[in-house]
Amino acid sequence: MEMKKGTLRQVLLITDGCSNHGEDPIAMAALAREHGITINVIGILEENSPEYHQKGLREVEEIALSGGGVSQIVYTTQLSQTVQMVTKKGMTQTIHGVINSELQQILGKESTIEDLPPEKRGEVMEVVDDLGETMDLELIILVDASGSMEKKLATVQESLIDLSISLNSRIGYNQFALFAFPGKRDETELLIDWTPKLNSLTQAFTKISSGGITPTGPAIKAAINEFTNRRSRRRLITGDEEEYSEGSGF
Amino acid sequence: MKKNTPKGQVSKLNSGDIISGKWHRNEYSIIRELGSGATGTVYLASGKGGKVAVKTGHDSMAIISEVNVLKHFSRVQGRILGPSLIDVDDYVMNGRQVPFYVMEYLKGDSLFQFMKNHSEEWAGILLVQLLTDLSMLHRAGWVFGDLKPDNLLVVGPPSRIRWIDVGGTTQIGRSIKEYTEFFDRGYWGMGTRKAEPSYDLFSACMIMVNLAFPSRFEKKKDGRQQLKEVIRSNPLLANYQSILFKGLYGKYQSAEEMRNDLVSSLNNKGRFKVSAPSQTSSGASRRSVHKKIKKKKKRAMMFETVLLGSFLFIVYLFYLISQSM
Repeated sequence: MEMKKGTLRQVLLITDGCSNHGEDPIAMAALAREHGITINVIGILEENSPEYHQKGLREVEEIALSGGGVSQIVYTTQLSQTVQMVTKKGMTQTIHGVINSELQQILGKESTIEDLPPEKRGEVMEVVDDLGETMDLELIILVDASGSMEKKLATVQESLIDLSISLNSRIGYNQFALFAFPGKRDETELLIDWTPKLNSLTQAFTKISSGGITPTGPAIKAAINEFTNRRSRRRLITGDEEEYSEGSGF
Repeated sequence: MKKNTPKGQVSKLNSGDIISGKWHRNEYSIIRELGSGATGTVYLASGKGGKVAVKTGHDSMAIISEVNVLKHFSRVQGRILGPSLIDVDDYVMNGRQVPFYVMEYLKGDSLFQFMKNHSEEWAGILLVQLLTDLSMLHRAGWVFGDLKPDNLLVVGPPSRIRWIDVGGTTQIGRSIKEYTEFFDRGYWGMGTRKAEPSYDLFSACMIMVNLAFPSRFEKKKDGRQQLKEVIRSNPLLANYQSILFKGLYGKYQSAEEMRNDLVSSLNNKGRFKVSAPSQTSSGASRRSVHKKIKKKKKRAMMFETVLLGSFLFIVYLFYLISQSM
């Protein structure tokens, strides 16, 4: 099976609760998926407020489900390892999804990797692993900066630097952008523009003033816009750089 | 995507459950759970050929990846490094297809159990054994990745360290597939997560640190300085100080280089002569260094013994004959 190497476009949403402003984040995640963007979500738990969790937990799972991504709920202490694990899993899952849809074109509607005998599956998985390692990645990180997150932002920052170590150990090329929601003036604020490394974070979070609303839906929408603008901008510069996106989930 | 099922949806198997492979039609009867990790659960089971370890998991992609690694292992020339792979299949339970693979069941002690019943210098010996295996693996183009006591077992006698979970094994040059923070140089701010031999050597050093501090500890501000102080102030670790520093700082080019340093330090250290078991163990390490030479010597000596024996026998025969005449 051969696949042209393209760019994986992923969103990593880090939040601790329920959205309460603007568009429905689950709908926005579904829209993102139509654009070939995968939404991965990490829900940060407060250790002693079980009731609040139930609702937040459901939203976290549903956003990831409709965004074709991976979700995980954690306590702040395990954040670093979770952030890198979820991001990598999300990438693998995206590639997996593309290969499945190619398989369906070849073998018919109901075929997925899981329907292949184990030996063949192993070969396909090697291709998936290969691509996960070598494909370029554009990652938009959306950080919930509503009031309750204030104390956790230091840990979030640390985990993002750690994520950068992991992703920059890959063979493929990386670009990161970081948004906070709500921002100072707008629902979403760009904190760090596209950059290959995330070690310049130290100043970023101090600019945030934690607000009362949690506009998760608008934040996902902003990420979609950023991806589409970036692509059209790049097309203007390079002529026509073919990207691996239309139709197949990228 | 239908694979988007959250963790833990595969129901646990119970003792007495029988799973049967959809493709190869082999049956395995579950005896008990051996352990569970990030990608699935390992069970002790009995199959056609006796006791085996069966791993099943919710994350089919991860399971297949691990199988691929195990397959590569069997190709590492001559020596068995990880557990050998016996079968790969799916079973169906409650209408759901669950992937699993079957490995050789290794019986032994965890590193900590073993060290409880053995003298201190065994820590060094086990590390030498580990480095021997790592050097084979690295030469074959792989890095272990998630090296930690939980993924190791001491089998025997003769006591020998073995790998039980090879899920983190990564091709050299790629990014480490799986890691555990305490053993990860990225976490301590001391390097990348690129799969290269020095990544494993860092973890190997941290295994030693973990043996001295079984409950581990968390990183403070400056990880590098913190580890330095920890090693200097602990009697077990201070013994190996220079080797550990070199390993942690990525100064060793290969596992062999670190192994050789460790072996000569085990040979030279007078302090290990005190207790009885230590003598046998430092002997064991010396034996492994000079294995080849010794083997040759041994053969020569045997030859000499046989020669001398037969000579004496002939003389004795002559003596008997002369007596009886």
